Amino acid sequence: MEYQAKELFAKHGVATTLGKVVTTADEAKAAAEELGGVTVIKAQVKAGGRGKAGGVKIAKTADEAYEHASNILGMEIKGLTVNRVLVTPATPPVEEYYFSFLLDRSNRSYLCIASVEGGVEIEEVAKTNPEAVRQIPIDAGAGVDEAKARAIVEEAKFPAELADQAVAMVQSLWKVFVEEDATLVEVNPLARLEGDKLEALDGKVSLDDNASEVRHAEHEEFVIHEEADPLEAKAKEKGLNYVKLDGEVGIIGNGAGLVMSTLDVVAYAGEKHGSVKPANFLDIGGGASAQVMADGLDVILGDPQVKSVFVNVFGGITSCDAVANGIKGALELLGDNATKPLVVRLDGNNVDEGRAILDELDHPLVTQVDTMDGAADKAAELANG
Amino acid sequence: MSIFLTKDSKVIVQGITGGEGSKHTARMLAAGTNVVGGVNARKAGTTVTHTDASGAEVELPVFGSVSEAIEKTGADVSVAFVPPAFTKDAVIEAIDAEIGLLVIITEGVPVQDSAEFWAYAQGKKTRIIGPNCPGIITPGEALAGITPANIAGKGPIGLVSKSGTLTYQMMFELRDFGFSTAIGIGGDPIIGTTHIDALEAFENDPETKAIVMIGEIGGDAEEKAAAYIQANVTKPVVGYVAGFTAPEGKTMGHAGAIVSDGAGTAQGKKEALEAAGVKVGKTPSETAALMREILNG
Repeated sequence: MEYQAKELFAKHGVATTLGKVVTTADEAKAAAEELGGVTVIKAQVKAGGRGKAGGVKIAKTADEAYEHASNILGMEIKGLTVNRVLVTPATPPVEEYYFSFLLDRSNRSYLCIASVEGGVEIEEVAKTNPEAVRQIPIDAGAGVDEAKARAIVEEAKFPAELADQAVAMVQSLWKVFVEEDATLVEVNPLARLEGDKLEALDGKVSLDDNASEVRHAEHEEFVIHEEADPLEAKAKEKGLNYVKLDGEVGIIGNGAGLVMSTLDVVAYAGEKHGSVKPANFLDIGGGASAQVMADGLDVILGDPQVKSVFVNVFGGITSCDAVANGIKGALELLGDNATKPLVVRLDGNNVDEGRAILDELDHPLVTQVDTMDGAADKAAELANG
Repeated sequence: MSIFLTKDSKVIVQGITGGEGSKHTARMLAAGTNVVGGVNARKAGTTVTHTDASGAEVELPVFGSVSEAIEKTGADVSVAFVPPAFTKDAVIEAIDAEIGLLVIITEGVPVQDSAEFWAYAQGKKTRIIGPNCPGIITPGEALAGITPANIAGKGPIGLVSKSGTLTYQMMFELRDFGFSTAIGIGGDPIIGTTHIDALEAFENDPETKAIVMIGEIGGDAEEKAAAYIQANVTKPVVGYVAGFTAPEGKTMGHAGAIVSDGAGTAQGKKEALEAAGVKVGKTPSETAALMREILNG
């Protein structure tokens, strides 16, 4: 979110105004009084187009700040509920620029995008005047030193009188990018204020989850827990790789690619069964112990939309008997809480032993189907019942 | 013939003494791979004992560095099972030692580390596969990675895939034909060997008669591969793309599997491949059926 991006900007010396983040209209009024003068009340959600959605308003007085904040708090922007607003001093820009560093997957390196035209309407500028939006490759080995920063500023055609300030800001933004392990650092608009002062008026930072895990424990503070889907939050607590979707067939599988494929196959099968859809993505990875299977089933069965569950496992390194025992153990652990039909498809390593374990279990909720397509069809059929 | 890995490959394991390294060293040996040693600076001078494909006990030396391992054993392939925090250093060490092929199994490598070692590898002698991949198998000859060696045998199909389990699934579906080589290139945003690199090698490999290419949402690797196929590949290619039902903006298990701002969709990738003359299956089994039709003429 904007206020979090600005905190990271400030940490690395990027000129910006932090303002105050508040969650009630009363606090917004108090913040406006404290800041004095004209303020801007800005909805804080992870989405673009907040201004167009009515989530950014100028308040001439503290009472106006109260009024705007009470309207903005609770509103929905692109499906996200606004739970907090940022109150900042109004600093009308003389000119608006755009600047970003980002991961360039396609070229396996980094890219800088800069434009002295547009600012907020950068997508529009990119369409109508692509020459004005400069794309400058960054060598991931060499990075951005002062000379490179100066080259960027020149290529982007920042006004000469702002060049030194811009070079310093580019270097600071580069520090945000590398030291925080970001995949995107965007300033939009990068504003030229009165008195020829450059400031990051709004911004966005995307952080690399892998890096946060490995070397940025402090990034945990940026996670907004109340906004996470409750089932996703529960899955995360249990260390499961789960994404909630809008559908009726719960999915458990091993390996990201196979699980994605399973969702697709269920969606196709659903076309014949009342348009049922996959309810989630859940990759239990290599080791499918009873506990992991029970945790996974527990999360999925907690989804009131779910009508049936499809367990799709190809035993590569994992053996199917271990998975079958995992399912058996999970059903024991869940007891009466297991209430929805389970369609299980096992194949690969030790498949005969795995299938035999489930045959012997003869659980009323469990149906085994030998192929992925057949099992998807069965699970969709059961979800449509 | 095969690509990148043969029965003559001499393989070392970076992180051979760790849990995963040890487990998969045993599996690689059992698959007939010529594993000649490993690396762990803190355990240099010791040995580890495993069993090879013939059931004989083998004692593998642990070296202090990749360069020492190469000097003493003539190794030309390294498989890295090192924790994500240390992967970048391990990769740079292997590149400096001029190993011919480096397979990085590790999941969870910070993407800036990958960008850095990729930049470092340019103009050097090391081919990188991965990170976050199952590695490469030339059935009946050698395995450098974690792909189960018993799914399918040797045959005319070349396979390249972003996903490990979809590689296994597809090998299983087409096990009656078999594979020249199967490569899992990994699901991270930045990887070494790409679909295109594998397609080029399969095109030049006389043993490979047809190619299966498996992609997934995120990035533009499949679109680029489609353009490459149209211009350069004469062998039949069958494709599969996972993630048609993936919502925008959500990472689906693999760090690189994300549709952002409408780019990287499965539909877009399928259309690009079909425009290049690649037959694309809706499901893994349909994809296998398309390959079956081609090979049965």
